[in-house]
Parts: sequence; C-alpha cells; structure tokens
Amino acid sequence: MIVYLIRRFINYAILSMIATVMAYVLACLALDPKARYLGRNPRPSDEAINHILNRLGTNPDDPILSRTMHWFTQIIFHGNFGQEYNYTSVSHDMFVRSGVSLQLLLLGSFLGAFFGVALGVWGAVRQYKASDQIVTYSSYLVLATPVFVLGVLLMIVATNFNNAVGHQVIQFTGQYTPGLNGTWNILQDRVSHLFLPTLALSMFGAAEYSRYQRNAMLDVLSADYIRTARSKGRTRGAAMVRHGVRVALIPMSTYFAYSFGTLIAGSTFLEKVFSWHGMGEFALDSIIKNDINATAASIFYVSVLVLISSTLAEVLYAALDPRVRI
Amino acid sequence: MVNAPLLEVRNLSVDFPQNNSTVHAVRDISYVINRGEFLGIVGESGSGKSVSSMAVMGLLPSSAQVSGDILFRGESLLDMDDRKLSRLRGNEIAMIFQDPLSALTPVYTVGNQIAEGLLLHDKALSKQAAATRAVELLRIVGIPAPERRVKAFPHEFSGGMRQRVMIAIAIANNPNLIIADEPTTALDVTIQAQILEVLQKAKEITGAAVVLITHDLGVVAGNADRIAVMYAGKLVETGSVDDVFNRPHMPYTLGLLRSVPNLITAGKTRLVPLEGRPPSLDALPPGCPFEQRCPIAIDACRETEPPLLSIGSSHEAACLRAPEIAAGQLQAADVFPRPEPIPAADQAKVEGRTVLEVTDVKRYFTLTRGAVFKREIGKVKAVDGISFDIHEGEVLGLVGESGCGKSTTILEILELTSPQDGSIKIDGVDVSTLTKDQRLAKRKDIQVVFQDPMAALDPRLTIEDIVAEPLTVHNVSKADQRRRVGELLDTVGLEASMGSRYPHEFSGGQRQRIGIARALATEPKLLILDEPVSALDVSIQAGVINLLEDLKERLGLSYLFVAHDLAVVRQIADKVAVMYLGRIVESGRVADVFARPHHPYTQALMSAVPIPDPDAERSRKRILLDGDLPSPTDEISGCRFHSRCPLFKVLDPSLQQRCLTEDPQLRVIDTSSAACHHAELNTLQVT
Ligand SMILES: Nc1ncnc2c1ncn2[C@@H]1O[C@H](COP(=O)(O)OP(=O)(O)OP(=O)(O)O)[C@@H](O)[C@H]1O
Ligand code: SF4
Ligand code: SF4
Ligand SMILES: [Mg+2]
Repeated sequence: MIVYLIRRFINYAILSMIATVMAYVLACLALDPKARYLGRNPRPSDEAINHILNRLGTNPDDPILSRTMHWFTQIIFHGNFGQEYNYTSVSHDMFVRSGVSLQLLLLGSFLGAFFGVALGVWGAVRQYKASDQIVTYSSYLVLATPVFVLGVLLMIVATNFNNAVGHQVIQFTGQYTPGLNGTWNILQDRVSHLFLPTLALSMFGAAEYSRYQRNAMLDVLSADYIRTARSKGRTRGAAMVRHGVRVALIPMSTYFAYSFGTLIAGSTFLEKVFSWHGMGEFALDSIIKNDINATAASIFYVSVLVLISSTLAEVLYAALDPRVRI
Repeated sequence: MVNAPLLEVRNLSVDFPQNNSTVHAVRDISYVINRGEFLGIVGESGSGKSVSSMAVMGLLPSSAQVSGDILFRGESLLDMDDRKLSRLRGNEIAMIFQDPLSALTPVYTVGNQIAEGLLLHDKALSKQAAATRAVELLRIVGIPAPERRVKAFPHEFSGGMRQRVMIAIAIANNPNLIIADEPTTALDVTIQAQILEVLQKAKEITGAAVVLITHDLGVVAGNADRIAVMYAGKLVETGSVDDVFNRPHMPYTLGLLRSVPNLITAGKTRLVPLEGRPPSLDALPPGCPFEQRCPIAIDACRETEPPLLSIGSSHEAACLRAPEIAAGQLQAADVFPRPEPIPAADQAKVEGRTVLEVTDVKRYFTLTRGAVFKREIGKVKAVDGISFDIHEGEVLGLVGESGCGKSTTILEILELTSPQDGSIKIDGVDVSTLTKDQRLAKRKDIQVVFQDPMAALDPRLTIEDIVAEPLTVHNVSKADQRRRVGELLDTVGLEASMGSRYPHEFSGGQRQRIGIARALATEPKLLILDEPVSALDVSIQAGVINLLEDLKERLGLSYLFVAHDLAVVRQIADKVAVMYLGRIVESGRVADVFARPHHPYTQALMSAVPIPDPDAERSRKRILLDGDLPSPTDEISGCRFHSRCPLFKVLDPSLQQRCLTEDPQLRVIDTSSAACHHAELNTLQVT
C-alpha cells in the first residue's frame, strides 16, 4: 500500500514538474516583459532594458529553450525561482504569501467540505421535502453567482451589520489591523478579518460538495446493508450515519481533490476582493505586470497544491475503502 | 403474557399508494408462530412474502400503509416507535436477507459487523468480549480459521461465506425469532445445502422459531414444521408440511406441487403446467384471485373472495371447493390432468446423425494487471479440454455450479470459429474450415435462448419484429416473414394476434416463449438453451419445459440444455454432462447417471438438491461439500476436486496420493464415464 502511494506521489510530482515547465514556456510566449518598460516616460534605453531583462533572465531575445534550462536548473539545484521585475526574490515572496493564502484556503475548503457533506446527507435523507428543495435551490444559486460577486454581496451585508451594531465587528480589508498589541486583541482581530472571505469560500465549497454528497448518499440509502444494520437493532438515524454516510464518503474523497482546483481559483478572486496579499493577488499581478518568473512560480504553487491534495485524496480513499487497499 | 404465542399476526394488510392506484401487497393475513417452530412461507414472486415479513421487522419503507396488528409475545409491534423496535430487532427478532453480496457494509470488517449487533444490545459488554464472541460465532457458522477471518472485509468472502456471516449476526443475541427471506436463492445448490444446514444448527443452538421464506418447495419440505402458501397478497393455504404436501386443498397449491420437477420422479412423468399469472395487485378482481388460472373455477368464485377456512386440525385453505377436494370428490388428477405426450404419428423422424461434436475444446483467459506494462498475473482455465456430442433429436444437459465454465462453453460453440484448442464440428463440418458466407449460413442451424427473458428482448420492438429478426438477416421477404411469425407464435403456444404487442405486456413465461419462437425462426437443427427456465417462477417453468419437450419431438430438434437445476435436466435431457472447474467430471445417459452416479461431485450435487416431498426429504442422507469452489486462478495439481472431495477424505493415505498428483481422465465405469481414480471404491450413498 505504502509503495503504491509513493508511486502515485512520484507520478503526481513528475506531472506537476512538467506542468510548471510548460507554464514557464507558455508564460515566455504569452507575456511581453519589455512592454512594461516601453510605456515608461522617459522611456529607458534599449541597453538598459536588455540589461534589466538579462539580469532577470527573461529577455525575449534569448532562445526560450536556453532560458527554460537556466530557470529550471536554478530551481532544481538552488531552489531559486529567480527575481520579480523589482528584483525581490520570488521564492521569498512565494513563501510569505502562500502562508497568507493557505490560511484562507485550508479553512475555507475544510469548512466547505464539512458543511457540504452535512447538507448533502441531510438533503438526501429528506429527499423532495421542503428542506431538501431549499438546500438544492440555494446551492444552485450560490454556484451560479461568481465568487467575487458573492464576496461583494457579503461585504454589503457585513457593512449593514456593522452599522446596525454600531461597531466594526466584521472587518473586510486586509488580513489584520497593523499596530495592535496583546495576544487576545491580535487573535480577535485576525478572526474578524478572516470571517468574511472564509465564509464566501466555504459557501462556495459547501454548495458544490453538497450536490455530490447528496447523490452519493441517495445511492447508498436504499442499499441492503442499511437494512441489515437496522435489522441488527440500529435506529434509522444511526444506521444512516454509521453505515450510510461512511460509505457515501468514499466517492467524495476523489471529488475533494478534483474540486480543490476550483477552490484555488475562487480564493484567487476573493483575495483581490478582500485585499489580502496572498498568492492569488501575486498571480494576478504578475500576469498584469508581464512578469514571467512570478507567473511561472504561481503556477508552480498551484500545481504543488494540486499534487498534495491529489495524494491526500488517494490516502483518504484508501483509508475509507478497504476494497482498494492492497 | 406468559402463554401468548411468540408471534401473532392479525389481519395484517399493507398497501403502497402509487400515483393513481394502490398496490395491495398484503391483504388481511393472519398467522401464529409458536416458540421454536419452523414456518415455511412459499409463493411466487410478488405474492407478498417479503412485504409481510418486513412488516414484522418494522422495516417497510415509509410509503407503506400498514393496518391490522402484529403481536410479539403479546406486545403490539405496530404501536412501537423506531427506538423501541430497535431494541427488539437483532435481539429478539433477527432477519437474514436474500442477497448476501450486498447485505454487509463494505467498509467494516465482518468481525466488527457481528460485534456491532452484540454491543448494541448489551451495553455492559466490553469491545474485547464482543470480538471474542464474534470469533466464536464465526466458528459456529462454519467459517474456517475464524481468528484470522474475523478481520477480513466482506469483499474477501464468497457469497456463501457472507450468508454465513449474516446468520452469525442473526444468532448473535440468541433471538427468539429468525426470519430468513430467501436466504439461499442467490446461491449454488451445494452452498445452499450448507447454508440450510447452518440455519438448522442455528435454530438448535438458539431454540428460536424460524420463518423461512422461499419460492422453492423443496427447501421447505425437509426443514419446516408448518407451511403457509401465499398468493396475490393472501394466505391461501396453511397447515403442517405433511398436510400441505400430501393433501393440498387449494388448487393453487395443488398445481404448484404438480408443476415442479422432482429429482426422484423427474423424467418419468410429464409436468403439469400452471398457466397464466397472478392478477395485478392494484386492480384485483372481486372474487378468488386464482380464478383466472383455476381449472375448476365455478361462477361463485368470481363473486366473493373465499376466506381461509379450516379443513382439518390446523389445516386451512381458501377455496370454495375445498370441501369437495377434502371429500375426495375432486382428485388432484382431475383438477390438473397431466398433459399427453406428442402422439407418435406427429413425431419427427430422426436418423441419429451427429449434430454437434465438441472435441477437447479449451479456453484459457489470461489475467493481466497494469495499464501500460501489462504483466500476466494468472491464467483462468475456464474450459479445460471438454468433449461431448449431440445427435439428432437428442438433449444433452450440461450441469454444474456457477463459474464451472458452462457459459464459456456455449460462447465457444456459438462463435463458429476455431476454438483456442480442440475442434468443434457442426453437422460433421469442422467450423475452422468455414468461409465467411458458409459461417453465416451455418448460423441458421444453431440458435440460442437466453436465461433472462426480459433482458434478451428489445423492449422497443414489437413481438413480430423480435421474432422476425433472425429472418431479416437471412433475406426473407416481408410477407413470408409475417406468415412465418404467425406460425411460430402458434407453435410456442401464443396467439398470432399478439404479434403487435410489446415485450413488457407479457409475463416471464410468455417472454421465454417469444425467445424460443425467435430461436426457431430459422428452422435450426440445434438449440442452445442457456438456463432457459431458471429465471421463471416455478409455476411457469413446467409450461416452458413441456413446450421444449414437445418441440423436440415434433420438429426433431436437438438441444444443448445448460442448467444448474438437476431436476429440470433429469426431466428433459437424454444425456447429461456434469462440469466442475472447466472439466466434465461425469457423463452418460440420464437414467444411468442419476440412478448410479460414480463421481463424488455428482453425488454431492445430487444430494444437495432439495426434493419437494417431505417424506423423501426427511429420510435422505446428505453428502455436504466443504468450503467453496477454489479460486479459478489457483493452480491445482492432481484431481481438481480433491480439496472438497468427500471420498478423498475417507481414503487411505496411499490412495490419496494418486488424487494429489495425477489428474484423472474420464473413463468408462459401468454404463457411464467418470473422471475419478477411485470410483470403484466409492461407497457414498445417494438418495
Ligand atoms: N416500496 C414498495 N412500493 C410499492 N410497491 C411495493 C413496494 N414493495 C413491494 N411492493 C409490491 O408489493 C408486492 C409484494 O411484494 P413482495 O416483495 O412481498 O413479494 P415477494 O413475495 O417477496 O416476491 P419475491 O419472491 O419476488 O421476493 C409486489 O407487487 C411489489 O411490487
Ligand atoms: S375458490 Fe374457485 S377459483 Fe378459487 S381456487 Fe377455489 S375453485 Fe378455484
Ligand atoms: S480422484 Fe480422488 S479427489 Fe478426485 S474425485 Fe476421485 S477420489 Fe476424489
Ligand atoms: Mg421477496
């Protein structure tokens, strides 16, 4: 089993490496780093631009292959992702910013999964009843709303709430208020900043997961082993949870991994909306600024997340389903 | 209440409201089960057997409307809520279900699932103690190496073993009542015999009363004390096993008993068909529900439904004419006379040419693993060198348990191409020499009828189109097609006017007749029948078997009749070949093999078949096989039956050696042939 998981991990690792390299090549082809300087006033001399770009290793006049090789060997042997257009180290920025992003992403996807599963199970058990209908329609509504619209809507609600209470209970710009003292205050402040973006992300996740969980659960509800569990003396509810939900979770583990990508995309926009300085903002900005190194690094970040979540999904699947354990 | 019966069902009715009608699944039934009693409930599919017992368990879907009363030791179960009922379920009343493959939760070990039942009802029990008891229970139900297997997951167990686990769960808390709903229907006969044995043992250990639901009269004949026959949601006859089997009073019971082939008497007399099907439960006629199929119905039968009336001590039947039957004025033979065989004048002349000759055919499948780099992880010898022949007008029965290679054999013949190894000759022509056109022409001569009549017919085509389908392949004009279809439907006992209807409008038996009509369309010489009656209700089987017998006589057909039901094979076949793990282990004339089986496997197979006759069944001695079929990928040296062979076990070690090392070949013993080294020493008795 361990061998199998390691093999899968290596598989995924190779895949994400290829994805990153291809992303770099793509970024080289699509982005034009010179454009950033050409529009300046006064326009820097060609020599100056070339000098800067050579230093960054992103001069479009060099052949792509040699640039890619250089970039790649730097990463492999020195863990160095190069520099951004303003000479700050990509690796450093990536490290700091992914800490910010992961807070939101992990909390959001965890809560989303939790509530999604709960709502899905609840909907399945109460199939076609009013409560099931309400859950169904509201989750479609959430899914149909773009994430940043959802974010803005939540901000409006929060503003009204704050006004009503007459106090800034819910914060929605940045991830903390600078200059606070005392552990308790800082903690409170963090939570109050985290609340809204997390809510938005987990609403989105929950809406999506609940649809899948409901289907998985409906398949399981009429299964013979639920009847067996009840004939043993489990009550309807207990049989449903102990035997039903447990089995219905199995297909979800693959789905968690698969939908993690959409959550990353969602959180990218949310960071922008809530002015969080995370990897999402980093990625968007790097594209706008024609920064090849930073763009490729953002893709690397995403592919690593997908790598980890896919491997976790495999582990989860094996943990949940004895039939696939070898 | 101390002397209340264990279970008393009073005027129980269960309705399922549908969109614009109501299905009356169970109608006003009452019965009593006493402590330690064994009640068999029989009836055909849809007669309400499962629904009535699920009502006792309180496990009906919420859409069900239940009325009447169910008293367990004097306490009303219908008044209890789920929580209170849960305390009884698994503790006082336990249930075993039909399909063992899906009845266990796939994600918990079997040990956990047994312990779960124990812990639920005994809060003082430690986990440790429950686990120990689970091992003990597995041992009781006959799982080998229970200490190790207790940690296994359900998917690691075969169907028979899972059903044993279900029995272990059922008896875990020493219940007073065990309800078993078709516990052996999905299993092979030798496994069925094992499971019934375990069920009897469980009953002895717990002293529980048992309700065994089945459609197989043979299964209850030997086990039950009392029998209840259900028809269209009603109890139509109840009484002791002897009363019901020997002195049935309700025409339905009578017909049922005369329609099932009996391993002992099969082949000597014709079966009595019980035509028609039960009325639809959402539109019941006012009178007797059996009226349409009853040969002795009178006008009064159409007016009111006859109640269950006593005809003797604890023997009741629901029939207006039961008193006449009781008085002997109406004999069973008058009610359901045996059909006459085809008169000699109408029988086709057969010359006895060889129609099909199969010589040493092999079919191996290699199992591979890996998506890109396939590596071989095993070989399944699905068919491993089998030979047989069928002459004109002859029926060869090919029997064996699931997985022994029957279907692969058929497919290999139907391919009409040269087999992996060996040769197949049709009408003396080796199929490997055929050109494409010749092959198409040959396909006319050899047709097939499948097991599941519903799956085999395209639901969107009319019967006429379905039957005519083989003709279109062989270029027959439209007008000729229509005329031929009419003839064919007539031949199989359907009306030509039914041609414009669709398959779903027909009953299972009728659909199988349509399948036969289609197979006959090209005037084949050989029909391959793959379990043609096993998906049909017993009452319907007889009609189809008789039809097949008649067709054979009249048209001079030959059949390769594949079945797992030995009684059916004995009824219809002239020769029989018994398969085990890809080999024929015994073959010969039906009369010889069934009278004097020589191979221990044939003996075990025969002794596992339940006989619908309580006297015969009680005096039988069973040869039970140990364990399951070995995995098909196992490499077995010597005789492939040695791991389960009952003869092997009683042999002298010096003789056993030969079984372990030398693969026995078919050889002539008496008048048949068997593949066993020590058949001459075989003193195992079969009845
Ligand atoms: N949930 C349900 N909703 C509607 N009708 C139902 C439901 N469950 C059972 N029925 C109907 O009740 C009738 C009796 O069904 P039941 O399952 O008791 O038959 P059975 O005798 O056990 O048959 P089998 O031998 O096939 O198991 C059938 O007509 C069936 O279609
Ligand atoms: S009541 Fe009439 S129709 Fe019904 S079984 Fe008796 S004789 Fe036949
Ligand atoms: S050869 Fe040996 S093992 Fe095989 S059937 Fe005969 S006695 Fe049994
Ligand atoms: Mg049933």
